[in-house]
Amino acid sequence: MDFALSEEQKMLQGMARDFLQKECPKSLVREVQKDPSGHPRELWRKMAELGWQGLVVPERYGGTGGSFLDLMVLIEEMGGACLPGPFFCTTVLGALTLTGAGTEEQKRELLPLIARGEAIITMALVEVSDRWDAEGIQCNAQVKGDTYVINGTKLFVPYAHIADQLIVAARTSVSDVPESGITLFLVNRKTEGITITVLNSINADKQCEVQFHDVEISSDRMVGQSGGGWPVIQRTLERATVAKCVEMVGGAQQVLDMTIQYAKERMQFGRPIGSFQAIQHRCADMAIDVDGSRFIAYLAAWKLSEEMPCPREVSIAKSWVSEAYRRVTKAGHQVHGGIGFTLDHDMHLYFRNAKAFASAFGNANWHLNKIVNDDTSTDVI
Amino acid sequence: MDFQFTEEQERFRKEIQQFLDGELAAGNFKPQCDAWIEIYDPEFTKRLAQRGWIGLTLPREYGGQGLGPLDRLVLTEELLRYGAPCGAHWFTDRQVGPCLLAYGTEEQKSEYLPKICKAEVSFALGLSEPEAGSDLASVKTQAQLDGDHYIVNGQKVWTSAAHHQSHLYLLARTDPDAPKHKGISEFIVDLKSPGVTVRPILDPTGGEHFNEVFLDNVRVPATNLVGIENNGWKQITSQLDYERSGMERLMGNYPLFDALRKYVHRNTDRGKALSIDPVARYKIAELEASFEVGRMLIYRVAWMLDRGILPNYESAMAKLYATEFQQRLTDTVIAMLGSYGDLTSESKYAPLGGMAVSAYLFSPGLTLMAGTSEILRTVIAQRGLGLPSK
Ligand SMILES: Cc1cc2nc3c(=O)[nH]c(=O)nc-3n(C[C@H](O)[C@H](O)[C@H](O)COP(=O)(O)OP(=O)(O)OC[C@H]3O[C@@H](n4cnc5c(N)ncnc54)[C@H](O)[C@@H]3O)c2cc1C
Repeated sequence: MDFALSEEQKMLQGMARDFLQKECPKSLVREVQKDPSGHPRELWRKMAELGWQGLVVPERYGGTGGSFLDLMVLIEEMGGACLPGPFFCTTVLGALTLTGAGTEEQKRELLPLIARGEAIITMALVEVSDRWDAEGIQCNAQVKGDTYVINGTKLFVPYAHIADQLIVAARTSVSDVPESGITLFLVNRKTEGITITVLNSINADKQCEVQFHDVEISSDRMVGQSGGGWPVIQRTLERATVAKCVEMVGGAQQVLDMTIQYAKERMQFGRPIGSFQAIQHRCADMAIDVDGSRFIAYLAAWKLSEEMPCPREVSIAKSWVSEAYRRVTKAGHQVHGGIGFTLDHDMHLYFRNAKAFASAFGNANWHLNKIVNDDTSTDVI
Repeated sequence: MDFQFTEEQERFRKEIQQFLDGELAAGNFKPQCDAWIEIYDPEFTKRLAQRGWIGLTLPREYGGQGLGPLDRLVLTEELLRYGAPCGAHWFTDRQVGPCLLAYGTEEQKSEYLPKICKAEVSFALGLSEPEAGSDLASVKTQAQLDGDHYIVNGQKVWTSAAHHQSHLYLLARTDPDAPKHKGISEFIVDLKSPGVTVRPILDPTGGEHFNEVFLDNVRVPATNLVGIENNGWKQITSQLDYERSGMERLMGNYPLFDALRKYVHRNTDRGKALSIDPVARYKIAELEASFEVGRMLIYRVAWMLDRGILPNYESAMAKLYATEFQQRLTDTVIAMLGSYGDLTSESKYAPLGGMAVSAYLFSPGLTLMAGTSEILRTVIAQRGLGLPSK
């Protein structure tokens, strides 16, 4: 049993924290939020110089071959900094999926580009049903000679509008079992028949509607086996879900730190508000939410990193952390009083992220439902 | 990071399970909620001691096993999971052993630790008094040195299991003139000493759980002073970290949790209706997730102790979160069972072996003992987060 990060991970953490403090001030977050691209290009380039986009890309494809847990260390810091942009989708949805399931050609083509910060990748998965399971995938891809023709609409696709490639989930055959007949394709954003609309949403992250109208894809752009897409998606989804939890942990920790700082400084009735028990107890509850989130998220992250099967831990983490982060940001607002309730203050950036992250990859209710559905054991231990 | 137990620890877990399965098969105990504190069974305790499972973390030279806090975590997790009756030794094993090891004289260690491991002595905790609850440092019970004895006068209250145990681990004032945190000391008191009167108090379940303990000119050998005179407050605060952070805070009513899930998943009786009730399903899943979070918070403290890192706010957080979880569990179960949730174990209609009502009735006590939730939130805020007291 070991609750601590390794020495190298601690170094990575410290470096990431310093870097983001300097390079990703909240002024940048606000600028990016207003920018239709939603992409902090300069910062993206600097991150690539540090090798961040290639952290989990294997060495022979130009990355550093770090573990999933290493990536979590970075993503936690990004959550603290409210870093906007396509890092998450490119590394977690893109690099991890391609490394696991891409053909040798696809890997050679894309992984080095990802590692150099020259490619943005995303995954087009969810549709109007907002379901995060196999049943949600209704877009279809029909064989036509050497190609497939994709039709349908994807929703909530992160950064599709600036992505170079989209990993698209579509049905290549229909059956009674929703998990079978799903195939993944690597699709260039500029392919004819694709229409992308950025959805206005609560935080700086760009989520898109992607319409496919008779989009023709050569069969060598298939990722994994025909009809074998679901296990690949599941693997990616588990990792993305947990990575999102870890990003929330970073945000929640930051909100707690800001709030404690403020509670020590703000004077009312001739004393710091942090000396009032009502404020102290609220802060204690925030601390429980932060620590609880941290360990339940890292428990799942560690299991994934070790390739242990852990769907239950993933759902437990997402259901709990999603609610905890929202509670923390709500409490943060309360302790900050009026000053925190302005557009100029940073608190709402976290409040917004907490909401958006809570619904990403299935919200608390979705995952709670998964917990009971999968729960055949009577003993958790 | 690594969130798994070692192979040895897993083997140890299996061994404990086999033992407990055997005990169950022999009809030696019935799984019950809060059995770690409510059920007194010295025979069961003896059998644990024979296996070396009391004082597991004490050094071998004193009769212990020289194992670590994480090993003890495995042991307590299993005892709690089975709802095994541990009231005869829990406090002694949990904190008195480690306290004596940390602060006791060589004589005290050689005398008491082996006896603790063999379950020949057992301790009740004489801390709280009528006027010293949360404000524990204001204890009034006095211990005055008189030659080679201390003369103790005063009253303790809520002293769990004192009517069963052989000794009292006593907190008493040795310097009435010093500031209140600086005049307290700790003692070992034989409960059979002349002048000790133990009077049980019934808790709301009707159980004879705790006591008033009156100390009237009790002569305690000066050699029974634990640690340094007037240093008791410092000693006790680190002991509270052991006291607070154990698995019992989360799993005391685990048998109820287990029974609930079996009831629902086995799809019999009214469990079937619950298994398809969206509200019930949601609540069960929430409990499952919250339980795992509690486990992590408790594991963390055990891991810290194992590494020799002194817990700061972490024990308070574990205890606070976990006991509030246990209350949510009983609240949820009671609500799910509808009218059947009113029925006590004597009723033939009582579901879940009738555990729900007594666990529910006992649950308010969980957030009072060993530091109330309010006190613990304050500890987290001030000690952990550094918020000012004024
Ligand atoms: C089941 C059970 C077993 C116990 N076993 C033992 C035992 O074996 N040995 C032993 O010594 N003691 C034992 N206790 C006693 C226990 O430690 C005390 O009950 C506890 O410390 C609270 O003290 P009190 O009951 O005097 O309540 P009080 O301290 O009077 O508290 C009453 C209320 O006021 C609140 N309060 C008090 N001070 C503050 C503050 N500063 N800020 C905010 N709120 C405050 C409390 O949180 C609580 O809600 C046991 C108690 C229970 C319920």
